Amino acid sequence: MKLLEHQAKEHLRRVGIECPTGRVARSPQEAEKAAQEMGPVVVKAQVPIGGRGKAGGVKLAQTPAQAHAAAAAILGIEIHGYSVPSVLCEEALEIAKEIYLGVTVDRDRRSMVVILSFAGGMEIEEVAEHSPEKIAKLWPDPFAGPQPFQIRELTLRALEAVGGDETLPKARYLAELVPVVQRLFQLSQELDASLCEINPLVVTKSGQVIAGDAKIEIDQNAEFRHHDLVRELGPDASAATSGEDSLEVEARRRGLTYVHLGGSVGIIGNGAGLVMNTLDLVKQHGGTAANFLDIGGGAKAEVVKQALEMLLLDPAVKGVFVNIFGGITRGDEVARGLISARDELGLHLPLVVRMTGTREEEGRQLLEEAGITPAVSAAEAARKIVELIGAGGGG
Amino acid sequence: MSILLNRNSKVLIQGMTGSEGSFHTQQMLDFGTQVVAGVSPGKGGSKHLGLPVFDTVLEAVQATGADTAGVFVPPPFAADAIMESSAAGISLVVVITELVPVNDMVRARAFISQRGTRLIGPNCPGLMSPGERAKVGIIPNHIANPGEVGVVSRSGTLTYEIIQALARAGYGQTTSVGIGGDPVLGLSFSDVVQLFAEDEETTLVVLAGEIGGSDEEKAAELIGRGYPKPVVGFISGRSAPPGKRMGHAGAIISGSTGSPASKVAALAKAGVEVAETIEQIVELTRERLGAARSS
Repeated sequence: MKLLEHQAKEHLRRVGIECPTGRVARSPQEAEKAAQEMGPVVVKAQVPIGGRGKAGGVKLAQTPAQAHAAAAAILGIEIHGYSVPSVLCEEALEIAKEIYLGVTVDRDRRSMVVILSFAGGMEIEEVAEHSPEKIAKLWPDPFAGPQPFQIRELTLRALEAVGGDETLPKARYLAELVPVVQRLFQLSQELDASLCEINPLVVTKSGQVIAGDAKIEIDQNAEFRHHDLVRELGPDASAATSGEDSLEVEARRRGLTYVHLGGSVGIIGNGAGLVMNTLDLVKQHGGTAANFLDIGGGAKAEVVKQALEMLLLDPAVKGVFVNIFGGITRGDEVARGLISARDELGLHLPLVVRMTGTREEEGRQLLEEAGITPAVSAAEAARKIVELIGAGGGG
Repeated sequence: MSILLNRNSKVLIQGMTGSEGSFHTQQMLDFGTQVVAGVSPGKGGSKHLGLPVFDTVLEAVQATGADTAGVFVPPPFAADAIMESSAAGISLVVVITELVPVNDMVRARAFISQRGTRLIGPNCPGLMSPGERAKVGIIPNHIANPGEVGVVSRSGTLTYEIIQALARAGYGQTTSVGIGGDPVLGLSFSDVVQLFAEDEETTLVVLAGEIGGSDEEKAAELIGRGYPKPVVGFISGRSAPPGKRMGHAGAIISGSTGSPASKVAALAKAGVEVAETIEQIVELTRERLGAARSS
C-alpha cells in the first residue's frame, strides 16, 4: 500500500521532519484559492507512482491564475495508468541542493538499511545502478535504531563519496541529518513501511533542510496493524497499490493472488513457485500466459470456481490451464469441483487440467468423461492447451 | 544421514492446537518424527494429539529436551514465537506461517543471530529427512523417498513436484529443505548448500531458485569457489515480467536484480548445470549419478 505524497508528508511532519506548507486541491478553483493565500506554488499530481514530472504532473505556478491553469491541466490526466484525482499545491522551494534519503529492506543482509546520497535529484535506482559508489549505507540495529554517531559516520561517508559538498558547512550537515534520519527510521518502524523515502531532501538557498518529496510504502503483510491508514486511503486504496490494472484491482477485491500478464492462456495453480513454473512451461511451448493466479494450499472446489470466474473476466483468455499439485487432496474431489464449476459458469473455452494427488486416475477419468482434457504432467498439459488454443484460432 | 534434522531431533510445535497446527502435527507424527510437545499460551497442562501442551517454550524445553521448533502460529505472533524459541535454547526454528510482516522478521533475525539459532522460513514448507523418518513442516508424507540427493528450494508445491519427479526416476533425498519465498528469510541457499557439502550421504544437490533477490547468485559464488559435489540448478519465473510480484513477496524482478538471466548465468559460471524443466532436473541428475540405485 503506497501513501500519496501529501499523506506521507503529514506523517513526516508528525514526527518532526520539516516539510513545505501545502494544501490539497481537487479542482482548479481550489488550487487558485490555495495560491492566493500561499503565493507561488508547485502544483503536483497526487498519484502513488514516480516519474510524475516527466509525465507532466508537476507544474510551477507564480500566480493564482497560473495555479488554476496548472491544476486544470493536471487533474484528470493519466500518469502511468493512474488518473489524477487531486493535486498538492505546495510552497515553492528555492533549491540549492538535493539529497537522497531512504529507509528500506535489504534482502541480502536480512536487515533494514538507511541509504544516503548527496548525488540527489534522481531516482535512487539509477544512482544504485550506474554510480553505486555515490551511495552510503547504514544497517541499524532494528531494536536500538540508528544512533547519532552512526548517522554522523554515514553522513561523512556520503559526503566523501561525492568528493564533499559545500552547500552547507560539514558541521551543519552532521547536526541536521541526525534527527531527520532517526525520525524517518522511527516512522518506518511505526508504520511497518517497506520503504520510507525523502527524495529529494532539499537544502534551500537560505540553508533550510526540508523534505521536497516523500514516498511511504506500507508492507502489505502488516496492514492488519494499520486499519486506520487503510481507511484513510479510502477510495484510492485499491488503486494505490503497486500499479494495478483493473483486472488486478478486481482480483484483489475478491481476495485472489492474481497478476495480469496479457496473454491468452488463463492459468490457475496452487503455490507461487508452481504457478511461476506453469507460466514458464506455457511460454516454452509457444503460448502466452494471461495471468498468474495462485489459489494457495489445499485444492478446494469453491476456490477453483472463484478463480475460473476471475479468468473469464479477461476477454483475452482463450483457454484455461489448471495445474494442481494435490498432495494428499483427492483427485476425484478436485475433478468433481472443477466440472461443476465449469458447468455453473458455462465455460466454453478449452480447459486442460493437470493434477496429482491420491485417486488422481479416477479424477482424470471423470474429467475426460466431462470433456475436459486431463494431463499427467505439467509439460504435457502446457503443450495441450497451447495446441487447443491454436486449433481454435484464438492464439 | 541428513542435514539439520534427524531421527534424534526432538520437535515442539508452536501453535499445535490450531487447525493447521493439529493437522500437520499429526502428519509429522505419522511420518515418524519425534514430536515431543506443543506450546499454546494459556493451554499449558492440557494434552493434544496425545502430547503435552505447555504455556511457554522454556517449560516445554525443560520438560522434554526439545531442540527443534515448528511454528504454525498466525502472522502477528510469528516473530514473537521465533524469539521465544531462540531464547529458550532451541537450535532450529522452522516457520511455516506466511504473510509475516517484514519488519517483524528483521527484528526476529537480529534477535536470534545473537544466540546462534538457525531459522528456516517464514512462508516455507519446512524440511524433511526421509531416511531418518523426520520432518518439520508440511511437505506431504507420501512423496518422501530416502536416497542421496539433497534438495533446496524456495517454494512449496514446486518442491514437491521436483521431489516426486526425482522419486519416480528412482532418486530419493537425504534432506529436502524449502527456505521460503519471503524477502527476509532465515537460512539462505548458501547456508543449506554448505551443509549439504558436509553431509557424507548427499552425493548431488538440486538447487531450485526463483526470480527476485540475489540468494541464488550468492550460492553460485560459493559453489564456484570449489564445491565437492555436483549441483543441478533450476530457476522458476523465467517468463515473469519485471516489476510484478509473482505471489511470493520476494519473487519480483526490480531493475537488474533478481532477473532469471542473472541467476542462470551466475549458476552456469559456477559450473552448475541449469535445467529448464523439471524433467531436465531428473535427466541431469541421472547423467551425474548414473542409473538410479533402487532404494
